[in-house]
Amino acid sequence: MTKVNIDDFLKKDSEWLKGTGPNSDIVMSSRVRLARNLDKLAFSHWADKKQQESIMNAVFDAARSVNYLKDALFIRLKDLNEVDRIFLVERHLMSPEHTKDVEFKALIVDPKEIVSIMVNEEDHLRIQVLQSGFNLMEAWRIVDSLDTELSKKLWFAYSAKWGYLTACPTNTGTGLRGSVMLHLPSLVFTAQIGKILQATAKLGLNIRGLYGEGTEASGNLFQVSNQVSLGRTEEDMIDNIERIINQIIAREETTRRTISTKNREALVDRVWRAYGTLKSAHIITSNETIALLSAIRLGVDLGIVKNLDRRMVNELLILTQPSHLQKLEGKILNANERDMKRAALIRERLT
Amino acid sequence: MNCDICGKKEATVHLTEIVNEQMTKLNLCEDCAREKGAQMEEHFGLSELLSGLTDMGTAVEPEVAITTKCSNCGLTYQNFRKIGRLGCSECYEAFKKELSPLLKRIHGADRHIGKVSLRGGKTIKDTRTLQDLKVQLEKAIQMEEFEEAAKLRDKIRDFEKKAKAKEE
Repeated sequence: MTKVNIDDFLKKDSEWLKGTGPNSDIVMSSRVRLARNLDKLAFSHWADKKQQESIMNAVFDAARSVNYLKDALFIRLKDLNEVDRIFLVERHLMSPEHTKDVEFKALIVDPKEIVSIMVNEEDHLRIQVLQSGFNLMEAWRIVDSLDTELSKKLWFAYSAKWGYLTACPTNTGTGLRGSVMLHLPSLVFTAQIGKILQATAKLGLNIRGLYGEGTEASGNLFQVSNQVSLGRTEEDMIDNIERIINQIIAREETTRRTISTKNREALVDRVWRAYGTLKSAHIITSNETIALLSAIRLGVDLGIVKNLDRRMVNELLILTQPSHLQKLEGKILNANERDMKRAALIRERLT
Repeated sequence: MNCDICGKKEATVHLTEIVNEQMTKLNLCEDCAREKGAQMEEHFGLSELLSGLTDMGTAVEPEVAITTKCSNCGLTYQNFRKIGRLGCSECYEAFKKELSPLLKRIHGADRHIGKVSLRGGKTIKDTRTLQDLKVQLEKAIQMEEFEEAAKLRDKIRDFEKKAKAKEE
């Protein structure tokens, strides 16, 4: 296979980082993924090396015939170094899980970074579509048609009673997980978030941190997704998530309005202090950066910071992640060096 | 307040643990919490949760269930209990009895009504209609609407006859 160059991604923004689309002040991105497996072949964790290889080859062959993927990169993760693998995780193109035991793991990703397919993760295929803003239904439409195209070439495991059969029974049925990344600074600021998260969980949605399963919520960013995958149609599931998210959005909006009228000075103070720190720091950790960028993002949304736009803030959020910094610098940096490089990059970008 | 473990950094994470029925509160910094979190993950992962679910209802699982094996991939039900993942699509058939209640507990439903696989095509749509008819029949009987039930029963017979004819 030819050497794949993922460095091109560094030169441009992912489509989902544009900061456009419906409700993009509060919803950063929407994602829908489908879990699919080839009929009768052992699931990736249970398959031996030879089986894993033939699964990978079969998926590659099928994907090459899909028109939407004609310019896509076909990446074998064993061809990448550790920094490059985590770089792909930071761009939300694959899961942290996918960076381990990489021999026959692969990733297919289109140049716009809208579609990515993980091969040999927990399931043989994890097909995902990422959209900027609140756009779940559109993401579902795209992933649905990709799935249909792929199923012309691949025999997906399916039962009339239980639908698509997956490695873990929590994904059986539709194999669908729809999720949105929410930025909820004012709900956190006013300590309403706990109650809202509890209510959301009761309504059958999961809440996680920035990088999915097992990660903490930092920078007031929350990833909300459906819990169950069986017993409802895909459209119904998407519709259900949208309804609940709409309520959270409405609550965040009202609170933002209240804060920016009744508590304006405290808010302005917080935003500009964050700006000041970022603009003058010489050593800064990733966590502190995310927290401060959250305040600036809110400042941009509420018209307090006028010389930046949402896209630039989104971009900084990704570029200041460890692997992105190392790729920008072109060499391995230790934690301390990264904190310096990060501070320098931010000072340069914040004008 | 400083972290209970390293004693250096500010504690921002507050954990409540129950060990030997005794509740202990821990105040940790983010780094120590992460390490602690990794340990907790180890003794309380998804597979434990799943086997917890499979235990519910049936306190003692029959020996048979544990040793049931999928003839396609060789995974035993015990393997599944341990790793929380099935071995292949055929496992669903091999462990049908055990999986049916498990799926119901996880999803609150045990029948797929979403996208129909391209390959499944017509037969699956037929199966779904048949299943729907059977559910309606059960309801009619419960509601003691016997006239309606008789109609449904005839419809189901028709349907099954046609399906059989197609197979032969």
